Amino acid sequence: MKTRAATGRRKPVRGVARGEVKVITGNYAVAYAAKLSRVQVVSAYPITPQTSIVEKLSEMCGSGELAAEFIKVESEHSAMSCLVGASLAGVRAFTATSSHGLAYMHEVLHWAAGQRLPIVLVNVNRALGPGWNIWTDQTDSLSQRDTGWAQLYCESNQEALDTVIQAFRIAETVRVPVMVVLDAFSLSHTSEGVEIPPQAAVDRYLPPYRPDVKVDTASPRFFGGLVMPEHYMEHRWLLEESSRRILDVAAAADRDFGRAFGRSYGVVDRYRAEGAELLLMATGTVASTAREVIDAWRKSGRKVGLVRPRLFRPFPAEELRTACRGARKLAVIDRNNSFGSGGIFATETRAALYALPSRSQPEVFGYVAGLGGRDITPDVIDGILTAAWKGRAEPRGTWVGLKP
Amino acid sequence: MAAQILASALFREGRSVQSFPAFGMERRGAPVAAFVRFDDRPIRLRSQIYAPDHIIVLDHHLLHTAAVLTGLKPKGWVIVNCNHQDKRLGVPEDFRLAVVDASGIAAMNRLGSTSIPIVNTAILGAFARATGLVGIDSVVAAIGESVPVKAQENVHAARQAYDFTETL
Repeated sequence: MKTRAATGRRKPVRGVARGEVKVITGNYAVAYAAKLSRVQVVSAYPITPQTSIVEKLSEMCGSGELAAEFIKVESEHSAMSCLVGASLAGVRAFTATSSHGLAYMHEVLHWAAGQRLPIVLVNVNRALGPGWNIWTDQTDSLSQRDTGWAQLYCESNQEALDTVIQAFRIAETVRVPVMVVLDAFSLSHTSEGVEIPPQAAVDRYLPPYRPDVKVDTASPRFFGGLVMPEHYMEHRWLLEESSRRILDVAAAADRDFGRAFGRSYGVVDRYRAEGAELLLMATGTVASTAREVIDAWRKSGRKVGLVRPRLFRPFPAEELRTACRGARKLAVIDRNNSFGSGGIFATETRAALYALPSRSQPEVFGYVAGLGGRDITPDVIDGILTAAWKGRAEPRGTWVGLKP
Repeated sequence: MAAQILASALFREGRSVQSFPAFGMERRGAPVAAFVRFDDRPIRLRSQIYAPDHIIVLDHHLLHTAAVLTGLKPKGWVIVNCNHQDKRLGVPEDFRLAVVDASGIAAMNRLGSTSIPIVNTAILGAFARATGLVGIDSVVAAIGESVPVKAQENVHAARQAYDFTETL
């Protein structure tokens, strides 16, 4: 079951809730999703290209359309700290940020995950300075890899809306915070048709958050205390165990969402991947443009397909091994870079595929492209496929389109 | 705003749409650009637009100061806000030209000020008239639901521009 960008012409399906389709930006889709999720506390600090998410939410809070506390703060560090407090007090908490804002939150991201708080954060991918750059680049969110937050990457405005709602379900099921990630401008500021599901259907999918433990003056507890070496590992193991569960929980949340709303995406999305000799891996909006290129290659008889991991943490290693079965080559496009190591999706994927017997491991080609918002056009993707189709992989990966 | 409204109008006609600004910073008084894609099937292409089918120019001075026609496909429409059409405004014969005095129409409808009229609803009437790609009624309906104030005046401006657009 799969539906892409809404066109306004929809066939009714039994049991599937349908809503009004509006032409809105990715940022507004996120704001509507937070509202539909009945968030109770929003705390945020503005930063381009995220700002219009929290602007819209503050409007909704101001007009009474959304019954939430909007807490203005002086920094992203404080925004996340407010949400830690709110979530400990047992309410549904949300924020959005980008780039330097996310980097500034870093310390508190660890805290939110370690305290097992089901906060949802939307990060609009933006490059880190210097040089100052407000355009899309995944290095900001991927730098938060080891904080204990789950991460889900989106390809369309509809998927952004749907994923925020799914994120609360996942977060509250495993008590792990979830980051939903979308590309600057190509989603955040791009308008397209988005179906806004009816509130009653979202309420059925996402019942009110009722934690078993919370701050309660009638029953005092101690939160955030010192944990000695004799218990720290077990404390961390519980988070690790829950993180591993996220793969199944996210898949189930997506399946249930599909049944309720008629749209599902998978933890690893595949497009024409069956029998492909060369697979392309891409995330976010690059995957969307890549579908056009895959179709053109298939039309000319070359067996290529697309693999799109939606979930980055936990990394869906087993799902990727299954998805890559039978392919001779895998070309990974990374709109991010870990200095001295290469594209992060490529690095993680190589590690995942190493568990396969060597004869069934596809040759992995790493391509770093589109950093700081440089456009990834169909021609760029075609060039990447051509290079991988004909050539041999560079062990350290290739930077695409570098100017001399 | 004009790109958003045009996308909404096309969406009303059952099209799949995408509209986006030129990615990046905007500065008051500096040239800005915005884009619309539409199709009968879902749009998957998410790279930027380098070879548009048609171009709307809100200020005819830009024809001489900025490379606004770069990439335009042959036979594409150039829809220009201008109160004259001398020498085809310098637009090459490869392109089709439509001219409307959107500034005059906007000023008459009290949109913006007489020195800086707001022309982005009027010009959409000209786009509908010249290209026939979208109905004026859809444009008017999209304006009605999109503009925060002076809905009637904006609708009237679009309809007048539709009536007064001249194609060359």
